[in-house]
Amino acid sequence: MTSTSSETVRYADGAAVRVRVGYPAHHFRTPAYIQGHTGLVDALCGVYPNPELLAHGGDGLPRQPLYRIRLRQTDLWPDYAGNPADTLLVDVYQHWLEPA
Amino acid sequence: MTATHVVDHIHDEPMSEVALRSVAIEALLAEKGLLTADEVRRQVNLMDGRTPADGARVVARAWVDDGFKARLLADSRSALAEMGVAIPEETPHLTVVENTDDVHHMVVCTLCSCYPRMLLGRPPDWYKSLAYRARAVRDPRGVMAEFGAQPPDDAEVRVLDSTADVRYLVLPRRPSGTEGMGEEELAALVSRDSMIGVTDALTP
Repeated sequence: MTSTSSETVRYADGAAVRVRVGYPAHHFRTPAYIQGHTGLVDALCGVYPNPELLAHGGDGLPRQPLYRIRLRQTDLWPDYAGNPADTLLVDVYQHWLEPA
Repeated sequence: MTATHVVDHIHDEPMSEVALRSVAIEALLAEKGLLTADEVRRQVNLMDGRTPADGARVVARAWVDDGFKARLLADSRSALAEMGVAIPEETPHLTVVENTDDVHHMVVCTLCSCYPRMLLGRPPDWYKSLAYRARAVRDPRGVMAEFGAQPPDDAEVRVLDSTADVRYLVLPRRPSGTEGMGEEELAALVSRDSMIGVTDALTP
């Protein structure tokens, strides 16, 4: 895997990140309900071809690091009625994240 | 479109628009030489051959063998290979998460129907429904109450939204009263829904 075919892994476990807001016209896999929210990197899942490019006939390069992000339910839903310790883990590609 | 594959699509009722579209895409892919009817059939057979019994066998082994459980949680592919369960290279990475008295996991794919098919087969219809996909992330405890899972009140409920290249399988808590039971007996307690996390394993 050369540096040109994969984006450099930018976030360490535990890093605070914000999910970018965007509704591009092409295929993307970042659900609206997490956009704009801040969470912590739970783990790096791996480095994968970019599904936004694959979906439209591309080669998916450069590959994107994929992170499992941990969000607090009470941050996502102001009226969340469960245990305040409840969390949501969701897989997000690096280009949808920014430092928080 | 090849004549052999058309036969698979003969129904008494007219095909839905989505079904027609899928047949048309398949025919185009075959025409362009990107896919053969044989490849489609092989993949369908592979999927039809996978059932929740595969996942249940794996969970039962993890319940009786701590070493296996540790390997399963760390690297599912090689642990599954030990059991003779082959996960083809091209299938998405499988991560197994363990339910304990402190943490209860529940899996959803809010974008579509991502599911650990290699261990559970095809997802149930409710898993693909808009209602489940919307409510699982917003009110997981309410959804679990309806399905039957009873995590301890002070446990952290952890919803996994499998939006990308990873599939998640829940390793449910081993029910009490199962001490001394063998793997086969234990596997019968491991329901499909308990491996999605909406229920607990059955009690004997």
